[in-house]
Amino acid sequence: MIDRQGLAKLVAADIPAGAFVNLGIGLPTEVADHLAPDSGVVLHTENGMLGMGPQARGGDVDRDLINAGKVPVTELPGASYFHHADSFAMMRGGHLDVCVLGAYQVSARGDLANWHSGAPDAIPAVGGAMDLAVGAKQVFVMMNLLTRDGKPKLLPECTYPLTGLRCVTRVYTDLATFLITGGGVVVRDLHGIEFTDLQNLLDVPLEQELS
Amino acid sequence: MIVHETALEAVADTPDGATVLIGGFGPAGEPVELIEALLDSGAKGLTVVSNNAGSGETGIAALIREDRVAKVVCSYPRQADSRHFDDAYRAGRVELDLVPQGNLAERIRAGGAGIGAFFTPTGYGTMLAEGKETRVIGGKGYVLEYPITGDVALVKAHRADARGNLVYRKTGRNFGPVMAAAATTTVVQVEEFGDIDPEHVVTPCIYVNRIVHIGRAA
Repeated sequence: MIDRQGLAKLVAADIPAGAFVNLGIGLPTEVADHLAPDSGVVLHTENGMLGMGPQARGGDVDRDLINAGKVPVTELPGASYFHHADSFAMMRGGHLDVCVLGAYQVSARGDLANWHSGAPDAIPAVGGAMDLAVGAKQVFVMMNLLTRDGKPKLLPECTYPLTGLRCVTRVYTDLATFLITGGGVVVRDLHGIEFTDLQNLLDVPLEQELS
Repeated sequence: MIVHETALEAVADTPDGATVLIGGFGPAGEPVELIEALLDSGAKGLTVVSNNAGSGETGIAALIREDRVAKVVCSYPRQADSRHFDDAYRAGRVELDLVPQGNLAERIRAGGAGIGAFFTPTGYGTMLAEGKETRVIGGKGYVLEYPITGDVALVKAHRADARGNLVYRKTGRNFGPVMAAAATTTVVQVEEFGDIDPEHVVTPCIYVNRIVHIGRAA
């Protein structure tokens, strides 16, 4: 089993040099800390910026410069600003190489549920989640494989309200990394668990990547 | 374009029941003084179109607290400190139309650009597309979405020139340019007046009706 930092490191290592990437709020944001300084990866934030730098501290905080999580950030050389419609056109138009998102559930087909717990009294809030899910060329999900009470979050069908259909391409979890392919769910890496034990945790048929 | 002395003067004629497009994403680009002036104007029964539904005690949160808002059209009402929206929503005092953020931006853009409707992949197959017209184009599912226009837009920009051309600051730009184009009357608060290189204009003056100089918050 790998921890949050380990997972963030794993995702960062899989982001191609020079890629344009959107990191979702929460755990995906931590991927930025593990990108190699010379990777040339350009971070997009949906509130209108390419070339986002690390979180701003102290005197660098500027209320006009925040990320999608409304955290003050910095700008890197070569940064650009644009309005919201352009920012989402960039996303929806398939110009982003990768987006990394958290999830409540992912289905074996790559359906994503990450915006609504389904609780009847919850105040719904979607933000840019649905746009990100359908827009990027590759959608990576980072999540624990099991809920706190041990239920799998990689399922034959999502039971929570969907964010997007057939959009997830990879799922990075504490126990394994999964590739969602047209032919099914392929286990790429095991993180300290045997394949048969992993298969026993899930109702989704798994294949093991030949290496 | 008219330069007004005070924010209140610039929004005083907002009628009850108006649809008001309000720029800002979190604190960046939020036209706080114009929203407070709208509160002082007494206008009520408003439909507010904005990314968020206010936090804390200022801005849209204050409009909701004072019962001026009948409906909120936004992508992300739930925030750490959005209790005025939460309370009003749970009590049934405010209606919520939840729109994915990119659809919200594009619907407003379409409103300003004279587009009748458009098909977007965002939301296809989800509960936010329920009841909406859909179409499969080239093997991919799309949802028909309609434009959003406003009676009034409240926008914050960084600088205006003497004509009313605008530039913004950093991520404060967000919804400003699309909202400025999509309202009958666009009211802009600016931090400063000054020259703008024509090549650098972000919002051309044709979209700007009223300007108030508010200065830059410390």
